[in-house]
Formats: sequence, structure tokens, C-alpha cells
Amino acid sequence: MQLTLWTYEGPPHVGAMRIATAMQDVHYVLHAPQGDTYADLLFTMIERLPRRPPVTYTTFQARDLGGDTAELFKTAAREACERFAPKAMMVGASCTAELIQDDPGGLCRALDLPIPVVALELPSYQRKENWGASETLYQLVRTLAGPAAAAAASRTRPERAPQQRPRCNILGPAALGFRHRDDLQEIRGLIAALGIDVNVVAPLGATPADLARLGEADFNVVLYPEIAALTAQWLTRNFGQPSTRTIPIGAAATRDFIAEVAQLAGLDPEQALTEAVSRSTWYARSVDSTYLTGKRVFVFGDATHAVAAARVATQEFGFAVVGLGTYSREFAREVREAAKLYGVEPLITDDYLEVEAKVAELQPELVLGTQMERHIAKRLGLPCAVISAPVHVQDFPARHSPQMGFEGANVLFDTWVHPLMMGLEEHLIGMFRGDFEFHENAAPSHLGGSHAGAASVAVEPPAGSTIDAAAEVGTPIVVAAWAAEAEQELRKIPFFVRGKARRNTERYALDRGMPLITLETLYDAKAHFSR
Amino acid sequence: MSPVIPIRASSDGCTDTPVLRERGQREVFCGLTGIIWLHRKMQDAFFLVVGSRTCAHLIQSAAGVMIFAEPRFATAIIDERDLAGLADANEELDRVVTQLLARRPEIRLLFLVGSCPSEVIKLDLSRAASRLSKIFSPSVRVLNYSGSGIETTFTQGEDACLAALVPRLPSPAADAPASLLVVGALADVVEDQFTRLFADMGLGPVRFLPPRRATELPAVGPQTRYLLAQPFLADTARALEARGAARLEAPFPLGVEGTTQWLQAAASAFGVDAAAFERATASARARAAGALARHRVQLAGKRIFFFPDSQLEVPIARFLARELGMTLVEVGSPYLHRQHLAQELALLPSGTVLSEGQHVERQLDRCRTARPDLVVCGLGLANPLEAEGLTTKWSIELVFTPIQGYDQAADLAELFTRPLLRRLKLVA
Repeated sequence: MQLTLWTYEGPPHVGAMRIATAMQDVHYVLHAPQGDTYADLLFTMIERLPRRPPVTYTTFQARDLGGDTAELFKTAAREACERFAPKAMMVGASCTAELIQDDPGGLCRALDLPIPVVALELPSYQRKENWGASETLYQLVRTLAGPAAAAAASRTRPERAPQQRPRCNILGPAALGFRHRDDLQEIRGLIAALGIDVNVVAPLGATPADLARLGEADFNVVLYPEIAALTAQWLTRNFGQPSTRTIPIGAAATRDFIAEVAQLAGLDPEQALTEAVSRSTWYARSVDSTYLTGKRVFVFGDATHAVAAARVATQEFGFAVVGLGTYSREFAREVREAAKLYGVEPLITDDYLEVEAKVAELQPELVLGTQMERHIAKRLGLPCAVISAPVHVQDFPARHSPQMGFEGANVLFDTWVHPLMMGLEEHLIGMFRGDFEFHENAAPSHLGGSHAGAASVAVEPPAGSTIDAAAEVGTPIVVAAWAAEAEQELRKIPFFVRGKARRNTERYALDRGMPLITLETLYDAKAHFSR
Repeated sequence: MSPVIPIRASSDGCTDTPVLRERGQREVFCGLTGIIWLHRKMQDAFFLVVGSRTCAHLIQSAAGVMIFAEPRFATAIIDERDLAGLADANEELDRVVTQLLARRPEIRLLFLVGSCPSEVIKLDLSRAASRLSKIFSPSVRVLNYSGSGIETTFTQGEDACLAALVPRLPSPAADAPASLLVVGALADVVEDQFTRLFADMGLGPVRFLPPRRATELPAVGPQTRYLLAQPFLADTARALEARGAARLEAPFPLGVEGTTQWLQAAASAFGVDAAAFERATASARARAAGALARHRVQLAGKRIFFFPDSQLEVPIARFLARELGMTLVEVGSPYLHRQHLAQELALLPSGTVLSEGQHVERQLDRCRTARPDLVVCGLGLANPLEAEGLTTKWSIELVFTPIQGYDQAADLAELFTRPLLRRLKLVA
């Protein structure tokens, strides 16, 4: 059993719903207890879709458990097929139905429906949402593109005629994806500018017939490996289609992406690259951004967004990454490799409490994370911006706000810098303390009054939580005492770096076996670590 | 002006109306959702769901838009190792609870909340609760109830929670005077209004269940008369009766009429004379009636359709039909508790179509055919129906908003006028 305050991912059947809802003409019959229809709200409320997700639930109750739940499932499947007349159907079980073992796949074979039925095996007690989405897309593609696959694999695709434009598939955008809608628009634009046609976008907007045409493209653009990497590998094996590896988040990565796509399409990227200008590059270079240099950021999210954010943070905005982690265990390797680049310990966990402990320990000046890190940042009084799912309704905005491409880089600049205190205010607070309005514990004034309460509650983590955190990793708690004078001096350090200063000084004292931290120790430590 | 609006003897309303009972897909929440408001009502209580990732996902999808420094609910997620053997699961649970209580030392009451997976694998949470209670007493009391979807629908989670609390309520002294207990989570402001109204009648003492703090549990015994403030408290009522308490029959305190009859039931039981009742309630009643008149203009004659959700449907439909002149197309409810709703059903316009349970697709067909002016439904259906051109009122808000009592009667009406007004306001 795992104590979970917040979970980064839903159960795998929610991943399957994300694929079904993204597509057209497919229906998902889910064996699930009454109440699991809450998942519809993710799509109708959080993503604000104007239609019901194409999902039929059996919604069995306690009284059904004594009877024939299998019959209940068969009725639901038959009725769904008649009512919605889909071109393909997916069937599966949620976590509770998995326990009662009715075998939806087998039951559907017995029904002998007139359409392809994909039986999904999604182990709810081992796997999670992204795995569910990835597996579902893979199984759908295998089933629907499968018959053509054997033929395609046996021969090489004919050379493209010289007048014919190269074609690619775009794989990954799904329902309930963090900014998938706008990322897709950006990437379509980039690809069109290169003179490449888009064959199929999947799963977003694709029909079963579209999936059957996947093999006709020259290569695949994989935007979200968490969802589409498995499918892309299968397409490589069966159709010989190469796929992109670069994730076009950030201006530099977007340029790399353009070069990679052009190379796969056999085109010259020069013109596209010369024309490509990102505003964020100039904004980050302008003197107003100098104070961003070396700001200590903690990055957490799905592997794709976390790795991309760390690169943008360091190379494009000049921050220092002090922590990097992901909840996507399937992509832990990528994150470990990236962590090496920044000399930080990778944090691979889906345990919210572990992430919280790490943030409390590192005391970053900015947290780039998910909706869950916003809870952590609120508790610790740290600025925070969202870079990855899970997200809530405010991160499905009406305005165009991609993360990918050059416009995406502009969005990232605005979003990440916004929660930080602006330069002038930061300077003045460093110089004059005790102002009744602009005091060092107050939230940045450009964020208005509403945030002041949050930031002033807990500048340093409550003693309890640090001790918990330390106790969990098993380190003995030995902290030198603070002389009153030194403690007072510590309070003069602006709040966003104070936690770090306290930690450094304590470590310095501890390393030297000093029982008491004096004013001298504080400044010795400052000189020692001089940031 | 008579203190009570008389029920016309000529009509029995819907007392004998046949109810359309349907089975099929039910588009409703499970009882775990009750945690969302219960954790705010009882501030020193913590709700630990023992369930799957789906359960954790449900609660955070519902509550996670609020940013919590310290949430007062969590999930102990069952994994494969727990499924392998039950003894192990109990040890695991003890470990998780110990970890949780170390993090939150200020918690006084911990609810272990059962879910579908924990019910299906028959994990005995009541034994776990008594075991953990022994370990952590006296600082923390551990109780359990089921909020599983297979057993509870939405607001029934509150019922199960309060029913678990009832056996733990203290007993009053044998010579204690008769006391009034108001049962069902109410907004603090509503609770305060009722307290004042009862005090003005000279009626007391009055206590509320659930209390605001888990350390202030009301006493219950044979002297206790209780009033249900919510229609979904079947098990709680049974548990209270097992302790000797007696229910005061009344419609629910929604609208002027409902509130008056609800208060009157208490007043009669405690021998409050008509003059005192009139003095205490007259001004609030007149104020509420005046405020309702404005909404009546908007709502009279409009046709309304209720999808099942919270069991509040029947009392609210009664209020909308009788006090605001709306026409009831269909009133769906997840459960119809005949006894608790007897007075409500008698007040409903005769011939109202009542349905219990759900086959959501067929109900949607009926709704589309009827094309009502306003549809009361859950959030899974609201936006899709709006996109089809129907005007909706999402039903969960009725549980999250102060709607009971005189001074909320117009607020309750406004919840229904607002979507209609909005539709008129938004150009194209």
C-alpha cells in the first residue's frame, strides 16, 4: 500500500479513454463499477469538450456482484454497438472489474460484433495512465493497420516521385494532453513550411480508417513519446518508417527538430532555419533578464517535458537546474541521462511525498512542475510554473498557448518568469527591509494581493516536514545551533534564497564540527559557497 | 397569516404515483465524493480512502483545482502485493496510518473510507479501525465507512460517514431534557441561522450532526428528537433510532414552505406555541417570499428535467413547482426513500413523472424528445447537452451551496434562473 496525497497519473483505463476520446468513430466499453463515470468530467469539464466521451460503462453495483456481471457487460457492449455504430470498438476493465475477472475480450468474441474489437489488457494495480494510453494506441494500430503491415514489411516502399512532396504522420497528440491542441498547430505549421505533407495525425482526430493508412507516410513525427513511442517503434519495424527523436520544446530544440525532420524528408532546412526567429531568445538576452542568471530551479513532470524544460531553463534562460525528476518510470533512462548533464541526482518517483521532501531539501527559487508541485510550492512558499500534466482546468486555456515550436518558446518565457519577483523589487528588498508593504516575506507585488498570504505563511518548511524528510532517507539529524545574532542576520537575506543560505551555513558548520553558528560562520559559509 | 401553508387534503400529490425504475449505465458519482465537503465541515478530521489509483484520481480531479498546503484527505493505494494476501494488507494499512498521523499530529478523527476494490477483496476496515483506534487512542479516534460506488451514490457517502459516527456519540444524562438534533452537513451560515431561529422560539438545546469539530460530538439518546436537514440520510436515521432517538417528520428545509414546515415540526414536538413560532419566523418568511417573487417571473411556466444525482431532486422539484411555478417534466433520483420523502411526495404536483435509478442513454433520449427549458444534470452531461442547445444547471452545485432555510430560498431559486438568464445575455 502506498500513502498517496496526490497521484501524478490516473489508472490505465483513463489512458485508454484519452485515446478513445481523441479519435473519431471508435467506442470504448468499460467494465466498471458505478461512480467510475467521474472520468467523463475530465473531458467535459477540464478539457471542456462539448460532447460526451465515446465511453459506455457497465456501472455495476453491489447487488450485481451476486448475479451475472458478465451478462451486464455483454448487454452494454451490444447496446453501445447498436446505438453508436462505431467503426471499431475497444473493450476493457477498470481496477474493480479487473478483480472480478469477467474477461471483456472473450465475452466480445462471443458476441461476434460486425466491427473490429480491440480487447485491452491494462493491469490497474501495476500500470498507470500514460502506459494505458500508449498500450491502447499500440493495440489499435496493430489491429487496424496490421493486415496491411505484413505486405508492407515484405517490400520496400517505392521511391517517392520527384514531384511528390514527402509525407509524415504526427503521433502522440491525445485528449487531455497538456497543450496538445496548440502544440499540434505549431508543429503542423513548421512541417508545412518545410514543404512536407501530413499523412495522418493520431490519435487526435483520427478514425480507424486513418490508422489503416499510417503505413503510407515516409516517416513519423513523435511529439509525445509517453503516448506514441511504442507505436512508432512498431511502425518502424513493420513499415520501415524512421521517426523523430527531438522534442521541439524551446527555441534551440525546435531548430534541432527542424533539422531532423528535414533530414528524414531529404530536404534542406536552411531556409526554414534562417526564417525562424524566436522572440524568447532576444527576451532572454535583453538586460532585463540578467537577474535570471543562476536562479535555482527544480524541474519535475513527465519525462518529455521535464528533460525539455531543464534544457530550456539552463541553455536558453540561464537558470541553474538543482533538481530534475519524473514520474514516468518508463522513461527513467532519458531523465537519468539528462540529470548527468546538470550534475544533479535524478529523482524517479511517483510518490508525491518524496518529491515534496526533495523540494524542501533543495530550497529552489523556482519550481517547474505539475499541478501537484503547485501544492508543494504553496506549502513551501516558492514560486511555481506548470510545465507538464497532470494539470487542471486553468491549463487548458482558450488562448493559443503551445509549449512546442517558436511560439511555444515565447509562452515558456512569459510563463516561467512571471512567478519570479521582478528585478527592481528584488534589488530594493535586498537593500531595505521592514517596509510595511514591500517586506521580504511578501509575495512579488506584480502578483497582486491574493498571493501574499500564501507566500508569507511558510518561507521555510515547517520544522516537522524537514525532520520527516530527513527521517525517511535515514540521515541523522544533527544541526548546529544558531546564535541569536546570526539568526537575525539570516533574516536579512531575501526570502527566496534564505532557505538555501540556512542550509549551506548549517552544512558548513556541520562539516567543520562547529556547535554554534555565529555571524562569522554565516559569512564564512557565504564566502565558501559564494554563489 | 397562518404559520403553515396547509397541504390541500383534496390532493395526495405523488404519494401513489408509480415510479419509473430503470437499470443501465448510471452517470453518477460514488460516495467517496462526499469527502470533498465533509473534510471542510469537520476541520480536525482526516479521510483516508483505502482503494485504487482510480479512487485517488477521482478525489483529486474533483478537489485538486484548489491548491492545498495540507490536504485533509488521501488514498492508501492498494497494489499487487496487497492483492496477494490479506494479512499483509492489514500490516500495510497500519504502516500507512502511522506515517500519516506522524505527518499530521493535529488530526483527531480519522476515517478509513472503503472503496470498490477494498469491498471486493473484502478487506475488513472495521476491524482495522478498531485496532488502530486502540493504538492511537486517546489522541486519535479511527472510524470506517464505505464510500464505494458499488454500495453508495454520491451523497450517500455522507450518510455512511455520519452513520459510522452515530455509535460513537456520547449518551446524555438520564435526566437530561429533550433535545433537538439537526442531521446532515449544512453550510456554517445556514447552521447559524437555524440556531438563531430555534433560539427565538425558545426551543433548545439544538445540536448539529456533523459537528464542526470532531471533538464536539453531540449527545444522542431516547430524549433526542432529530430533524433531517438532508434527504439522503437513511442509514444515519436508522442508526440514530437504534440509539433511541425519534425522527420528526417534515419536508426538507428548502424554500419558504419547506423551511416553515420543517421548523414547525420541531416547534410542535417541543411545544412551542403558535404565537412564539410566528414571532420567530414571520420576518424571515416575508423577506424570503419577497425575494422569491423576482425569480418567479423568470421561472414560472418553464419546464425542468432532473437527472438523478444527489436525492435532493424531489425536494427541490417540489420547491420549484410550488413556489416558483415551474413545470416538472421528469424528476429522476438515484434512490427514493419513501418514508423520508413521504411529505415531499404529497406536496409534489400530482402526475409528475418520477424515475428511480438510471439508464442514461434512454433518459437522454427522453430528455431530448421533451426539450425542457432547463435540465438539471451532472457535469459529465452538462456541457454536451449545452452544445446540443439545451440549457443546463449542473447538479453538484446544489450540494456545495448554502440552499437551506429562508434566507437561502432566493439563492436556491437563483441557481436555476442564472443559466436561463445567461443564455439570454450571451449574444449568439
